[in-house]
Amino acid sequence: MSRALKNKLRAAGLWFATFLLMVVISVPGLWVVLSGFRPNREILAKPPVWIPEKLTLNNFAKIFGFGQDQVAIPVLEYFRNSLVIAGTSTVIALIIGMAGGYAFARFRFRFKNTWFLGLMLFRTVPGIALSLPVFMLWSRLGIIDTKLGLIIVYVSLNVPFTIWLIDGFFRQIPGSLSEAAQVDGCTRWQAFWRIEFPLARSGIAAAGVFAFLTSWNEFALASQLTRSTDSKTLPVGLMDFTSQFTIDWAGMSAMAVVIIVPALILTFIVQKHLIAGLTFGGVKG
Amino acid sequence: MLRYLRTRQAKLTPILLLSPALFTMLFVVALPLLFSLYTSLTPYRLTRPETIETFIGLRNYIRLFSDPDFWSAFGRTILFLAIALNVEFLLGLGIALLINRITWGQRTLRTIMMFPMMFSPILVGFQFKFIFNDNIGILNNALQSLGITDQAIPWLVDGKLAMFSIIFAEVWMSTSVFAILLLAGLFAMPRDPLEAAKVDGCNSWQVFRHITLPFIMPFAFIAMTIRSLDVARAYDIVSVMTGGGPAGRTELLWTLIARTGYENSRMGEANAMAYISTILSIAFTYFFFTKLVAARRYMGGAE
Repeated sequence: MSRALKNKLRAAGLWFATFLLMVVISVPGLWVVLSGFRPNREILAKPPVWIPEKLTLNNFAKIFGFGQDQVAIPVLEYFRNSLVIAGTSTVIALIIGMAGGYAFARFRFRFKNTWFLGLMLFRTVPGIALSLPVFMLWSRLGIIDTKLGLIIVYVSLNVPFTIWLIDGFFRQIPGSLSEAAQVDGCTRWQAFWRIEFPLARSGIAAAGVFAFLTSWNEFALASQLTRSTDSKTLPVGLMDFTSQFTIDWAGMSAMAVVIIVPALILTFIVQKHLIAGLTFGGVKG
Repeated sequence: MLRYLRTRQAKLTPILLLSPALFTMLFVVALPLLFSLYTSLTPYRLTRPETIETFIGLRNYIRLFSDPDFWSAFGRTILFLAIALNVEFLLGLGIALLINRITWGQRTLRTIMMFPMMFSPILVGFQFKFIFNDNIGILNNALQSLGITDQAIPWLVDGKLAMFSIIFAEVWMSTSVFAILLLAGLFAMPRDPLEAAKVDGCNSWQVFRHITLPFIMPFAFIAMTIRSLDVARAYDIVSVMTGGGPAGRTELLWTLIARTGYENSRMGEANAMAYISTILSIAFTYFFFTKLVAARRYMGGAE
C-alpha cells in the first residue's frame, strides 16, 4: 500500500471516529430537546414518526401555565426557587472560597496539604448520606422545606470546589506583583483588590458558574429537604411528571429544555477558564 | 517586638481567611455527621420519635453485616464503580488522543465534549429512561425500523440490561471529565522529549507508553479525584431510571439508604448504611488524592 493512500485511510478513520463520538455525545440531548417541541401524540406514535411534522411550543405553554390546558405542576415557581437558591448559595460560596483560596495560594502554614485534603473529604460525603442527618436537624430547626435550608447546604457543597479552583487561579498570578504594589505603599488589602482580584476575575467567574451549576443540578439533597412550591427546585420538580403508571414525556422533555439551556449557555461562556483552573490547581500543587 | 507581632499576624491571617470555610464545613457537614453517627447507634424510626433516645450500640451495624440485601447492594455498588471508572478512563484517554490529533475544529469539539459534564444527573437519567424505553424509546424504534429486531428489547425491565443501561448513562455523563483533563495534559506536554525519542528510534507505542502516559497520569488522577468526590451522583440516575428495580436488581448502596431511611422510615439503620457509604467515598477520594500527590512529586511539582 502506498504511503499516501495509507495516510488518507488513517485520516478517514480519524474523521469517522470523531463523527461517531459526536453523534453519541449529542444525539441523546438533541432528541430530548426535539421531543420538547413535539406533541405527546407524535412521541407515542407507533410506528414511530422520525421526522416531526410540525414543531410546537404548546408543551412550554402548558408547563408554564399559559392557555387552557395547563399542567398542574408549578414549573414557574420551581424555576424561581432554583434561581434564588443557586444564585444566593453561589455568591456566598464565592466569598468564602475567595478568602480560603487566597489563604492556600499566598500563605505558607503548617499541614497545608492536610487542610486542603480535609476540605475535599468533606465534599466527598454522598448527598443522600448527608441528607439523613441534615433532614433530622433541619426539621428540628424548622428550616426544612425552606429556601434558606437548601442554600446553607449548597454553600457547604460548593465551598471546597470553589477553594480548589480559586486557589489555582491565584497561584497563576506571580506574588511579586502584589509585593511591588505593597512596596509602593498599598496595604495588602488594597493590593488584593487593585492587582490580584482583577487578574483572577475571569477565573473566579468560572468558579462561580461551576458552583451555580452544581446547585442548579443537585437532586439527592433537594429531593429530601424540599416538600412544596416554597422550596422545590427544577430537578425535584421534574419527578412530578412521573406518576405511578404514566409519564408525560412531552412535558418532561420541555422541562428538561428549561433546565438544560441555562446550564449549556453558562458552560459555553466559561469552559476555557474552568479547564485551566482544574488542571493548574491540581498539577502544580 | 514589632517583628514578633508581624510574624504572629502572618501566622494568623491564613487561619482567619480559612475560618469561614471551616465554620461552614463544621456546621453543615461535620456536625450532622456526628449526629448521624449517634443516630446509627439507636433504633430511631421517623414514625416513633422517642426511639432516638434508646442506645443499642452497634446492633444496626451487626444487623447490616448479616443482611444479604445490604451485601448485594454493596457489591453491586463496588462493581458499578469499578466498571464505570475504568471504562470512563479508557474512553476518555482514547477521546483525548483522538481530539489531540485533529487539527481542524479542535476547539469546537472540546466544547461539545464538555456539555455532558454540565448535564444535571437527573436529566441524564431522564434522557436515558426516554431513550431506553422499551415501547417508545428511540433505541428500540431505531432497531425495529432498521429491521435488526422485531421485538421490543426490555432495556430497563430486565435486570442485567437495566444495569447495563445505567452504566451507559453514567459513562455518557462522566467520560468527558477524563477526556477534557487528559486533553489538557496532552496540550501541556513539551515536544522535545517526543522528538528525542523518535530520533532515538522508539516506535509510537513505546513513545506513548514511556513518555506520554507518565506525563498525563497526574491529569488522570485529578480526573479520578474529581470523579470520586461525587460518585454518588449515580443515585440521581438510578432513582429516575429504575428506582432500584426491577425487584432490586439495580439497587445501589445509595438508593438502598434512601429506601430504608425515607420510605421505611428506619432512620437508625439508614444512618448506619450512610456511614458505610461515606467511608467508602472517603477511601476512594483519599486513595486517588495520594496518587495525585505522588505523581506530582514525580513530575517535580512545587510541593
